[in-house]
Amino acid sequence: MAWNLQSDRPIYAQLVEEIQRRIVTGVYPAGSRLPAVRELAVEASVNPNTMQRALAKLEEDGLLYTQRTSGRFVTEETERIMQAKEEMAADLIRRFIESMGTLGYTSEQAMELIKKQKEEEQCKI
Amino acid sequence: MQNLIECRDLVKTFPGCQALCGVNLQIPGGRIVGLLGPNGSGKSTFLKLCNGLLVPDSGELLICGHAPGVETKKVISYLPERSYLNDWMNVRQMIRFFEDFYPDFETARAYDMLARLSINPSQRMKTMSKGTREKVQLILVMSRRAQLYLLDEPIGGVDPAARDFILNTIIGNYNPEGSVLISTHLIADVEQVLDDVIFINNGRIVLCDSVDNIRAQQDKSVDMLFREVFRC
Repeated sequence: MAWNLQSDRPIYAQLVEEIQRRIVTGVYPAGSRLPAVRELAVEASVNPNTMQRALAKLEEDGLLYTQRTSGRFVTEETERIMQAKEEMAADLIRRFIESMGTLGYTSEQAMELIKKQKEEEQCKI
Repeated sequence: MQNLIECRDLVKTFPGCQALCGVNLQIPGGRIVGLLGPNGSGKSTFLKLCNGLLVPDSGELLICGHAPGVETKKVISYLPERSYLNDWMNVRQMIRFFEDFYPDFETARAYDMLARLSINPSQRMKTMSKGTREKVQLILVMSRRAQLYLLDEPIGGVDPAARDFILNTIIGNYNPEGSVLISTHLIADVEQVLDDVIFINNGRIVLCDSVDNIRAQQDKSVDMLFREVFRC
């Protein structure tokens, strides 16, 4: 899987987002063991120290935990993962409403547009 | 932890040109550092001083606490800017040569990397393309278990796919307590793998910071910042 990193934002923040996305979408399932830091760093073509920092942040957030000697694991608490998922969804919605705002739509109008587009797509099928 | 490179007021002058004027620098262990600057800014001179190929006019330079010499050559793996390999030798002979010379050379790793880049060990250096020769040189340098890797323009002559392989080789192979110092002007290609960057211009250090700090504070990539700082 590709790690699409943008060049104008801190790499560390982008790694945190990408790993979080993989956890909530089940690429790294709850309770599973994460690849080693260096392996992940090579896969993403980033510096191992930066990857280490991103993992430490996710550990602090409670999405990962370290078991001494056996490695780093995704949390088994599915509620914590759901919570992260909801936070990410809320963030996407907020950004969507913001962009629609710059086009001059209110959030109600934006919701109308979503409904309309969904209906049109269903008609096509 | 002791700094791998430590220098104070380092000065080196060539006839008619001041290559380094008062460089102060510390590089700790476990870092990948980019030494970035326009042509003629003093990058190669600095690396040559670290290797004892040049002697400073004044100032102090310590590698793992020692002045450059026999002891420091044991812990430094250096990729010079130009080829110094005997071009009548083939790759296998070069590997044997390095094996004899450096106790920390790991032959198996060298052959593994050659295979991954589909380089034939029986090929002579003389018959190789520029890019292939550079790949062989870098493989030889990265197959050592050194404390400090000094790489002078390691990706200049190779294609983008090989560039990715080389960068991954650097991240995957360097020793976690060791450090890597890469001089280059292909910044966009290397900035993802760097911890810190050092901007050098006219023999002086103009900026020294971590990549993520630069991106967070300037909202732009190191490559963009470099183009701004060194606009012609």
